[in-house]
Order: sequence, then structure tokens, then C-alpha cells
Amino acid sequence: MTGYPPDPASLGLRESHTFDRATIAGIQRAAMTGVYDIRGGGAKRRLPHFDDLLFLGASMSRYPLEGYRERCDTDVVLGDRNAKYPLRLAIPVTIAGMSFGALSAQAKEALGRGASEVGTSTTTGDGGMTPEERGQSKHLVYQYLPSRYGMNPTDLRKADAIEVVLGQGAKPGGGGMLLGQKISDRVAQMRTLPAGIDQRSACRHPDWTGPDDLAIKILELREITDWEKPIYVKIGASRTYYDVKLAVASGADVVVVDGMQGGTAATQDVFIEHVGIPTLAAIPQAVQALRELGLHRKVQLVVSGGIRTGADVAKAMALGADAVAIGTAALIALGDNDPRYADEYAALGSAAGFYDDFQDGRDPAGITTQDPELAVRLDPAEGGRRLANYLRVLTMEAQTIARACGKSHVRNLEPEDLVALTIESAAMARVPLAGTTWIPGQGGLL
Amino acid sequence: MRYEQEAGARGRGSEAEIPSDRATVEAPQPFRIGESDPAGTPAGAAGAGASTAGTASTVTFDLGATTVRALNSELHAPSATSYEVLRPQGAHAIAAGVHAPLTIDIRGHAGYYCAGMNDGATITVHGNVGTGVAENMMSGLVRVRGDASQSVGATGHGGLLVIEGSASMRCGISMKGIDIVVGGDIGPMSAFMAQAGRLVVCGDAGDGLGDSIYEARIYVRGAVGGLGADCVEKEQRPEHLAELAELLTAAGIEPVGEYAPGRFRRYGSARRLYHFAAHNSTAY
Ligand SMILES: Cc1cc2nc3c(=O)[nH]c(=O)nc-3n(C[C@H](O)[C@H](O)[C@H](O)COP(=O)(O)O)c2cc1C
Repeated sequence: MTGYPPDPASLGLRESHTFDRATIAGIQRAAMTGVYDIRGGGAKRRLPHFDDLLFLGASMSRYPLEGYRERCDTDVVLGDRNAKYPLRLAIPVTIAGMSFGALSAQAKEALGRGASEVGTSTTTGDGGMTPEERGQSKHLVYQYLPSRYGMNPTDLRKADAIEVVLGQGAKPGGGGMLLGQKISDRVAQMRTLPAGIDQRSACRHPDWTGPDDLAIKILELREITDWEKPIYVKIGASRTYYDVKLAVASGADVVVVDGMQGGTAATQDVFIEHVGIPTLAAIPQAVQALRELGLHRKVQLVVSGGIRTGADVAKAMALGADAVAIGTAALIALGDNDPRYADEYAALGSAAGFYDDFQDGRDPAGITTQDPELAVRLDPAEGGRRLANYLRVLTMEAQTIARACGKSHVRNLEPEDLVALTIESAAMARVPLAGTTWIPGQGGLL
Repeated sequence: MRYEQEAGARGRGSEAEIPSDRATVEAPQPFRIGESDPAGTPAGAAGAGASTAGTASTVTFDLGATTVRALNSELHAPSATSYEVLRPQGAHAIAAGVHAPLTIDIRGHAGYYCAGMNDGATITVHGNVGTGVAENMMSGLVRVRGDASQSVGATGHGGLLVIEGSASMRCGISMKGIDIVVGGDIGPMSAFMAQAGRLVVCGDAGDGLGDSIYEARIYVRGAVGGLGADCVEKEQRPEHLAELAELLTAAGIEPVGEYAPGRFRRYGSARRLYHFAAHNSTAY
């Protein structure tokens, strides 16, 4: 590229907030093509998030622990309510469900390798279990989705846990999509679909509706797997308080709550940006539901949607999560949006740091693709090592914060350790605005 | 707990206690299968103290006296090849997750997900079933001698599922290779997003048949309440008549006369929704 045009602001031009450049481009694109924008990634708008919270480190009134020396544990047990073999993970950061189809087989394998190296779990996705990922994952959670693509009892029995997916934070109420360019022969065969079609997966489960039916479905899954495996229920954050109560009533051993920042492989932009609630707003609702049922910490809460740093991990846990799950950040650790592919991103009309056309299958980093030539760019062993490094950093960062707050286990972090920077985040997270005792909105129903 | 089918070993429950649990479902007209006990009365189960001459290898579970858990854990690690389930009492997940070539007879009505995810067994329900019978079946044969509730054979990948009576809504929803033959009618929204496999209906089909269907083939003998998005009637070519005759025969229906393949119409995908396009927005 030969230099950029001057910044319009330097010419005294003012961009409209209402019709900013991205909005204008969106209208132009719609007028040109007549179809809505489908993309990957999560909500891009600014939302109240973990950045709006701060920890109160220990000083006089609280005792800190010595960094690097004093023990601060990170292990977590998931799903010990009913399962004979609950998941015992070394760290409270898990890899979220991302489908083979959305991701290459190499990327799935890399996720398994990285997660296993640090003793955590990875998750299948809307498209079934591949041998590569089963082989490389010490703890593998098998998603049970409305589409049931590739769902079979043999793989179900091979799984270490089962995650019944009701929704995703990026699109609560929506089903999946996989566009034709990513339906390779192998993906098509696993999903029992013709290759090359634009495929839309169902948003409702085919054989149950509502919590009473789900309770029977969960019973069936337990029966089929002889009550060995924990059953998770994953929901996209919307009416989280009620949904968590119903998920638990249906028998969930673990509830996964995915906020609206959560990534997706392919969803309409309008859906990603306008449906669901932020992760920050969902966690206290989920925790309240569990507490009221007397099951907080007994039914574990896994939170996802916009987790990037150990601080985010620590904040989610302080608000009451037992563990977190990461999607987007794990892909970045594997090499997604790497500046070394700058020219190739540019050729696709995107840029490193902005690339979100996961639906398109031409990912220069070889992650969100089924193109064999692109997919070989990711070496699963090398990608796995990078992911393991990143997971270690997340864990050490969370431990650093926990020790500073005087906690010998990251799980012991509590809302009392947090304050909020904004009124919105104080209200959503239900912690006081920094320097005050004010928690806006307390006293209401939720 | 499990009962070998021996004299006097049928558990605490006697016939007199829950007589209504004994299925009395009659096979509807088309079925001419060589079933020795169409009314579902098990051999040697005329009452407490029944004898079991000739069926010593059949293991019997009386769900009036033991649990579905005990039954399923035996079926998942079987010590016999033939099982009989008495007094199913509408319990859920009966014989779910079987993955061996067993023969299982369920004498009475079953609840949800009976024979769920069956992989290789021959399972007969001598009664009616609740939601999701043989859901996600991989292989084998499941036969329901009565009627079935919703989501018959949902997402099934293989095997043959026969409903001798009628089936409710969403029959064959999201089917992925299973063959389903229904002797009576099916309810609305059946074969929704059906991907592969064949659905044969000897009676009528409800509204919205085959909505968003992919490559599954549907054969209906009676009236269709309405076709869903992208589902159209298709020509019956010789290969279709032949596969239909095969399916009917496999299900126990002689493909002649009233049930001759030529009496059925075929439905399938127009394949117009295979690619997202603006002009499809009303169809979506
Ligand atoms: C490429 C990609 C594919 C995904 N596929 C699935 C899926 O198959 N099933 C599912 O439940 N969630 C899926 N998700 C959502 C993740 O499981 C998770 O909820 C989300 O990524 C968490 O938010 P984060 O990306 O901000 O970490 C996918 C996300 C991405 C980025």
C-alpha cells in the first residue's frame, strides 16, 4: 500500500456519530447486495465490561499474600452434582465450543493440545467431534446442539462432559450458519449435508421444548452415558436470571452463560450487535439465581463473552463464576489477526486487527477455514504451545490479583473485592461505584 | 435388579395390580408381519407364576419393580441377547443408548426417548410411545405397534423405524439418514429440515410438511395438509417406486393393492434455499 489519505478530522471534517463511516458503509453494502451482513466475532460496540471494574487490593483492612510464593490455587471441579466422573481442571479457564467446520481440523487439534498442556478442557461445536480433537484433548466437552450435526452415541460416550447448547451470547435465539465456501466434503459428510450449500442450523432443539422436556432430555443423556458425565447447559445471556433457574431445574450440573460480546463463526451483524445483554450484566443474575436455589458452587457457573486477560478471569470469578471459557482470545493466541498476514488481510478488504470474516473461509491465518492450503499454515503443535502459553499467562495474572486481594484460591475472590468505574457497570455488576457505597438499582426485583 | 424369565420370578407386581399397563394396541390394517402376539401379551406372562418354557434366554425386567437405570445399565453391558420389559408404565428413556444387536420387547406404553440413539438393536414397543422415540437412531430396527407422540426418529442417522399407528408433530424432524415408515397419519411440521433418509406415510400428513428440507425423500399415500418452504412434489421415477416397495416390505407392509407404491406421492427439496439470496427473504 502507498500511504493513507490524510485524516479527515485534520481537515476540520466532523464525522457523524449517527451516520459514522461504518454505518454508511453498511447502508452502501446493503443497497448494493440486497443481503444482510454475516460475519464472525462478537459485538463491536462499546459495552459496560470488565474494564469498568477495579479490584480493591489488600492493605490495612485486608491481608495480601506474597506474590509468586504463597500458594494461590486455581483448580476447579465441574459437574460433581450427579456425574460419576466430574471434570477436574487445573485452571479455571476453559476453551469454548467452536465447531469443526467453522474452524479447520488443525485449529481444533491445536486447541486440544494447548488446553491439555495446562490441564483444562476444550469443547466440540456445531459439527461433531473429530478424531484429531478427541485425540489431543485430555478433557473434551461434547456439545449437544439443535442441529445435532455429527451427533452420535459413540462420540457421546467418548466425551468427558456433555454441553446442551440452548444459545450463544452472540445470538441468543438464533441458530448457526455455515456458508457454502466452508462446507468442504469432510464437513458436509460429518453434517450429512450436500457440499457447498449455505447451511443454516436450527435454533430450536428437534425433540424437546421448554424446561420440563429438557429435564427428560437430560435424563436420557445421563441414561445413555450411564450417569458418568457432567451435563452442562449453555445459554446466551438475555433473561439470565430466569434461564439459569430453569436450566438448573432441568438438571444442569454446570451452567454456561455466554454474554453478548461472545464470538461467533457466522451470524448476522444485526443479531450480534442488538440481541442479548453484556457479560457483566449476566453474571450477577446467574449468581443470584444459583444462590436462591441454594446451589451456588454446587452447580458450577462458567462465564464467557469477552474474556481477554487474567484480570477479566479474576473479575468474572469475583462476581461468582467458577470458571470462564474463551473463544476469540484462544483463536488470537493461535494466530488469528496476526499482522504478519497484513497484505493478505488487505487483499480481502480487511486488516490485521479487524478481520472478522470467519464465515468466508479465506482466513489468511488458516484458522477459520476449510481450505487445505490455508489450513496447513497453522501447525497444531506450535499453535497448541502458543495457546498453552497464553492460558498460563491468564492464570498467573488471575493469581496475581487474587494474592493481592489476600486469597489463597482464585475462587475466593468475591464481589466485595470489586468496585465499579461507571454507574452503568456498578448497576450491572452490582458492586459499588468506586469511592462510594452506591450500587445503583439495588432494591429492584432482580 | 433383573429377573430371569422363570416360573414365579416376575417380581413383586402381579398381573392384577396394574392391568391397564398391559398394552392392548392392535396392529393397524396394513401390517402383515409375522408377529406371534399382536396384542402384546408376552409368552408365559398370563399371570404370576407364568412358565417360560422355551424362552429361558430372555431376560425380563419388570419396571413396576425395578428401575429404568437398572434396565439400561444391563442393556449397555448385556449378558443376554434377548430382553423383555414388563410394565413400562410410560417411563422415559427406556432402552436408550443400546449399542449391541439385542432383541428387546417392551410390553406396554413408553414415555419420552424410548430406544433413543439405538445403535443396532431390534426394539419393539407393544404399545404407544411419547416424544422422540428412537431419536438419533444410528442403526437397527425400532417398531412401535401403537401410536407415537412428537419428534419421531428426530435426527436419526440410520436404521428403520416403524410406527404402526399414527405419529404426531415433527415426525422425522432433522432426520439424517434414518428410514421411517408410518402406518397411519403424521402431524404438522414433519420432516422439518430433514437432511437425508426416507419418510413413508401410509395415511395423511399435516401442514408444513418438509419445511426447509434438504435431501431426504418423503412418500405420502394420503392427503398433505400443506408443504413447507422449499418442499415440492416430485416425480415418482422407477427407482423411487422400487425403493418405496422395499421400505414398505421391510416395515411389514405388502406393497400391493391399496399400498402399491404407485398410490404414494413423492416430495422433496426444490433446493431453492440452498444459497442465501435476497429474493428468498419471504421464504425464510
Ligand atoms: C469461530 C467460532 C465458532 C464458534 N462455534 C460455536 C459453536 O459451534 N457452538 C457454540 O455453542 N458456540 C460457538 N461459538 C461461541 C463460543 O463457544 C463462545 O461462546 C464465545 O466465543 C465466547 O466469547 P469470546 O469469543 O468473547 O471468548 C463460536 C465462537 C467462535 C469465535
